[in-house]
Amino acid sequence: MTVLLFLIPIALLLGGLGLGGFLWAMRSGQFDDLDGAAQRILFDDAPADRAPPPTDVDLTRP
Amino acid sequence: MNLPAVEQGHADGQCQHCGGEVIGSDSYCCAGCKAAHQLIGGLGLGAYYQRRILDGSQRKPRPEELNQVGDLSAWVRRIDDDVSELTLMIDGLHCGACVWLIEQFLLQQPGVVTARVSLTTRRLSIRWEHNLVKAEVLVAGVQQLGYRLVPLDPSCLASRDESEVRQLLRYLAVAGFAAGNIMLLSVSVWLGADAATRDLLHWVSAMIALPAIAYAGRPFFRSAWSALRAGRTNMDVPISLAVILAPSLSLFETFTGGQHAYFDSAVTLLFFLLIGRFLDHRARHAARATAEQLLALNAEAATIIEADGSLRDVQPRQLLAGQRVLVVAGARIPADGRVLAGNSRVDLQMISGESLPADAALGTDVFAGTLNLEAPLTVLVERVGESTVLADIIRLMEAAEARRGRFVRLAERVARYYSPVVHLTALITFVAWVFVGGMAWQDAMLIAIAVLIITCPCALALAVPAVQVVASQALLKSGILMKAPDALERLRLVDHVLLDKTGTLTIGRPTLSACSDPGKLAKAASIASNSRHPLAAALRRAAGLVVALDGVKEIPGQGLEWVGPDGTWRLGSTRFTGQAESESAAMTLWLVDPAGQGTSFQFVDPLRSDAAAVIEALKRIGPVEIWSGDRMATVAATAAAVKVDAWHAQQLPTDKVRRLEQLRADGKHVLMIGDGINDAPALRAAAVSMAPANGAEIAQNAADLVFQGDRLAPVMTALLTANVADRLVRQNLLISLTYNLAAVPLAILGLATPLVAAVAMSTSSIVVVLNALRAGRLRATLSRGQTEGRK
Repeated sequence: MTVLLFLIPIALLLGGLGLGGFLWAMRSGQFDDLDGAAQRILFDDAPADRAPPPTDVDLTRP
Repeated sequence: MNLPAVEQGHADGQCQHCGGEVIGSDSYCCAGCKAAHQLIGGLGLGAYYQRRILDGSQRKPRPEELNQVGDLSAWVRRIDDDVSELTLMIDGLHCGACVWLIEQFLLQQPGVVTARVSLTTRRLSIRWEHNLVKAEVLVAGVQQLGYRLVPLDPSCLASRDESEVRQLLRYLAVAGFAAGNIMLLSVSVWLGADAATRDLLHWVSAMIALPAIAYAGRPFFRSAWSALRAGRTNMDVPISLAVILAPSLSLFETFTGGQHAYFDSAVTLLFFLLIGRFLDHRARHAARATAEQLLALNAEAATIIEADGSLRDVQPRQLLAGQRVLVVAGARIPADGRVLAGNSRVDLQMISGESLPADAALGTDVFAGTLNLEAPLTVLVERVGESTVLADIIRLMEAAEARRGRFVRLAERVARYYSPVVHLTALITFVAWVFVGGMAWQDAMLIAIAVLIITCPCALALAVPAVQVVASQALLKSGILMKAPDALERLRLVDHVLLDKTGTLTIGRPTLSACSDPGKLAKAASIASNSRHPLAAALRRAAGLVVALDGVKEIPGQGLEWVGPDGTWRLGSTRFTGQAESESAAMTLWLVDPAGQGTSFQFVDPLRSDAAAVIEALKRIGPVEIWSGDRMATVAATAAAVKVDAWHAQQLPTDKVRRLEQLRADGKHVLMIGDGINDAPALRAAAVSMAPANGAEIAQNAADLVFQGDRLAPVMTALLTANVADRLVRQNLLISLTYNLAAVPLAILGLATPLVAAVAMSTSSIVVVLNALRAGRLRATLSRGQTEGRK
């Protein structure tokens, strides 16, 4: 049963990563506009002749 | 400029920009649309037209003629030395293409750092370098594209509500993580892990469960504590007891190498309860946010005329007595005052229910909330805030609500009786096992905790919110906004209906009813195209598409004059056109041709198309009465048309409230439907109330439900939904209580091991949620109900 000593921490670590990921995603505003996110993927970022605008800026944190 | 890409996706007879109807072979319906189309093409954003899907229920993206942007500095936040931020509400957002267009348009402007549109909240956040560009320029640009923008107060942005929902979601995530992991460990225990391994698993479970409960249990602990301090008990008290006592005793068991630990039950219980609480909170939050949005869009700025003649926009609540304000035609008067200059007519409908506009000229008293119809007015502000007529109405409204008393929801009533029973059962179990059964106190305590966990209403907590969420979404899709979370429960009890007339039974705007010479209609409409007067607008609607004539002169308060090649044409009031006075003069327009021959056009405020059918259906629910502020004759005619015998004309807001209170004293549950400022107190006094979305802002604020569209059918939809939702809630409560009653004897006898508790709890919660999801099929039921209602 010594395998438990490895497996339990690994399981907890993986679960913890998921939890951390969710909390991070929520804090960075990824759940703020669920309708928009679904449609945004259909559009290019910018017309071809221009540099892409910054899109990774976090607006939820002033 | 050549715009090849933009020409596609354009159907004949439709405006290339806004998709509205156009005259003949024109590509655009107005100059604003033409400018917007060229602007978009010129920026290389023409792909917008191919990608967009116009949503018929939204405002068309047609730029407004009065496209002025006031001073926005009150709403702008400084981020640092260079960058400022502004958040605005957008009206007229159709789909992802609109989001793309607005963002790309703004990002192409010099100085803009970021622009982000949220399709869910319909908000636009812009950050820009304030040395390079002004906010007003950016906002004016987006308005030219055809969207309406309303600045949002930064203090309301991070509302308490929103952060509460986020906090709950965080609790939920932590509880979910802990529940999942502990459940995995518990499975090994149930499968027969032996002594040392079992202790290890228990220890690991404890290490996950204790911090998770300490964190995620806080909303329940807080509410239970405040209830206890006030000497009351609520459903959160047994919940808190269970989730504190269960792990504490399990920890003790773990220390002594015992067999049963309830870490999994405690955490899973917490998880399910948090789901219920989260759903409940989100439904309430969504309703409030939509209501706020509605009000923000309706709010109009007041334009102050400064001593030096310059104009400045402020929020109406910032006005001071003695200031002069400019009210353009079509705008609401922001404060009570006296007319200093201008000659126009004012629509009093919202204040008094009176369907005819009143004249306003030098020295006339005007009231906040009324609509200026014809020409600009300069108004001297005399009373603001607390002393306006509007404030009187608000006071009346608050008083009426205070007397109405709080409605106790079904779930609350169940919880009120349920929680003492839970406490007593657990206590009696404990006492009985120790003193009658002669059991050691630790074991007896474990059984008592099992009783607490089993009886804990986690299915009960999910039963109501789950139905609520599904039902309010179904309502929203049929154009009904539920503002009060308990509105559905109150709607189900309705057994008496009170209606306003103007704007509720009727559409609230005049429509052409008779015309002495139909051949002259097109001519009249093309002259009328130059005026914003409601009767002129009605002529235009009746005539269909006509070309507006150039050079029409508007004589405020009287009519229109056009000098054509054949002479002078006049369109206007009886007096203006020199016709003989008649009884129905106010709702009549005359067109006089150069030869002096007159054509009369008569207007009525028509009933909503399905008014009679809906009233018929409402009569099956209970007595229907009409209470209006309008004149006798008009109310009588309307009442006869919809076959209502009980009608009352020339009623003051206080009369309506008095009638509602009298009905309540008789034990009636009254549904009040009204749209005007004068209806607002009555809307609050009624057991439950509805207002159309084109009514006064304050009426929508006061009503529990707001419905859209020109039909009255949403009233029936709401009543039907209330019935279906109520049936589902009752079924859910029954399911969860049955489960509790069945499982309690097991727990009392000490047979409820952690495994039994976990299985029973999860099954009942899942059954309840699945049953609630049946409300998703609600709309099918509703459309069936509607067709039956129409037969």
